[in-house]
Amino acid sequence: MTLTVASSKHVQHFVLKGDLVVVQDVREALMQGRNSDGKMVRRPLSPHLQVYRPQISSALSIFHRFTGIALSAGALLLALWLAAAATSPGAFAIAQAVLDSIFGKLVLFGFTLALFYHFSNGIRHLLWDAGYGFELPVMHRTGYAVLAATIGLSVIFWGLFLVIG
Amino acid sequence: MANLTLPKNSRVTTGKTFKAPPGAKRVKAFKVYRWNPDDGGNPHTDTYEIDLDACGPMVLDALIKIKNEIDSTLTFRRSCREGICGSCAMNIDGTNTLACLKPIEEVKEAVAINPLPHMPVVKDLVPDLNQAYAQYRSIEPWLQAETPAPPDGERRQSPEERAEIDGLWECILCFCCSTSCPSYWWNGDRYLGPAVLMAAYRWIADSRDENTGKRLDALQDPFKLYRCHTIMNCTQTCPKGLNPAKAIGKIKQMMVEREG
Repeated sequence: MTLTVASSKHVQHFVLKGDLVVVQDVREALMQGRNSDGKMVRRPLSPHLQVYRPQISSALSIFHRFTGIALSAGALLLALWLAAAATSPGAFAIAQAVLDSIFGKLVLFGFTLALFYHFSNGIRHLLWDAGYGFELPVMHRTGYAVLAATIGLSVIFWGLFLVIG
Repeated sequence: MANLTLPKNSRVTTGKTFKAPPGAKRVKAFKVYRWNPDDGGNPHTDTYEIDLDACGPMVLDALIKIKNEIDSTLTFRRSCREGICGSCAMNIDGTNTLACLKPIEEVKEAVAINPLPHMPVVKDLVPDLNQAYAQYRSIEPWLQAETPAPPDGERRQSPEERAEIDGLWECILCFCCSTSCPSYWWNGDRYLGPAVLMAAYRWIADSRDENTGKRLDALQDPFKLYRCHTIMNCTQTCPKGLNPAKAIGKIKQMMVEREG
C-alpha cells in the first residue's frame, strides 16, 4: 500500500493498522500546505529548543526531571551495595572499596546533590499544587532558594559525614 | 511525542544579508526566519541591517520598515501595533512576545526573530494556529446558563465576583504562552496548552456561568489538563503580564476539591 502525502519521506507520521491509515498526531494535518500553484508542499516545523532561550522556569523544571532519573539510578546503586552486604564479606569489601574511592565519593556527592535538589524543588511543587507561589517574583525567589538549599544541604550533609564518619 | 531535533525539511540555513545604507550611524542587524512555500527549499535566516536613527523604537517598527523599504516579500502578521490584537506574536531574542511591545534596545546583539516555536509554518513568520483555535473552540468559550437573564437588565455580579475573572479576561489569545511550553511542544495534539486552559478557567471562575461542573468534567483527562507540569514558561513569557500557570493551578485545585 502506498501513501499519498506531500512527500513519501514523511510516512513515519502514519501507521498502518490493517487497511486503516492512522495519523498518530492530529497536528500532522497542518503540516500539509499548498504553494501558489496549488501543489501540495510539506511545511516546516518552526524552531523550538534550537532558539528558545533557557529560562529559570524551564531550566529548574528539566533539572527536576534529570535529578529524578539520577535518583532512580542512585537507588539501584544503594540496592547493589545492600545486595553485596547480603552476599558475602568479600563482596561487601569490594563494594565498600568502590564507594570509598575518589570516583565513588564523587558519584555519592552527585547523588546527594540530586537528592536535595529533588527534595527542595518537590516542596516547591507541593506549594504550587496547594495554590501558592505562582507570582513571577515569588517563582523566581523560590527557584533561587531551591538552588541555595541544594548546595547548603549537600555541604552540611557532607560536612557532618566527614566529621562523624 | 518529544522530538528534540527539527525534521530534515525544517532545519534552518543561512540566507542573504541586506547591508545598511552607507552613512548609517546606529546599525542594528535583524536575523529573520524566512520560508516560502514557492521556493521548495529549507527555511533560512536573512539578515537585515537597519539604521536605528531612521526607525521606530519597537521590533515591529523594524519589521514594517524592512517590508516597506528593503524586502517586500517578508511576511508577518500585524494589526494594532499596541499589544491589544495579538497578531504580531513571535519569538524575538529567544522568547515569545509581541513585536509591537518589544523595544529594539532591549536586545543587545543582533535581533533574532523566529515564528512562534514548534508550529507548522505557513510562510516566514506566520505560523498555522488552527490547532490552537480548534482547542479554544473545544472549551466552549461563551457564557452558559440555564437561568434566563433578568428581563429588565443584565446578569449582575458583585464586585468580588467580578474580581475573580480579573487577570483572565485580558488574554488576547496571541498564543505566546502555549508555544513557549515544552509540554505543548511535545503533546500539543492532546494537551490544551496554557492559553486555552486559562480561557477555560475564565468561564469556570465566572459567577454567571452555570456549567462549572460540565466544564471541569471536560478537562478531567490525563492529557488535556494534566500535561501541565508547572514548568512556568507560560507566565514567564506572557506579554500581557498574565498568569496562565496560576489559572491552571486553580483548575487542578478545583478538580481535587470536588472529589471531596
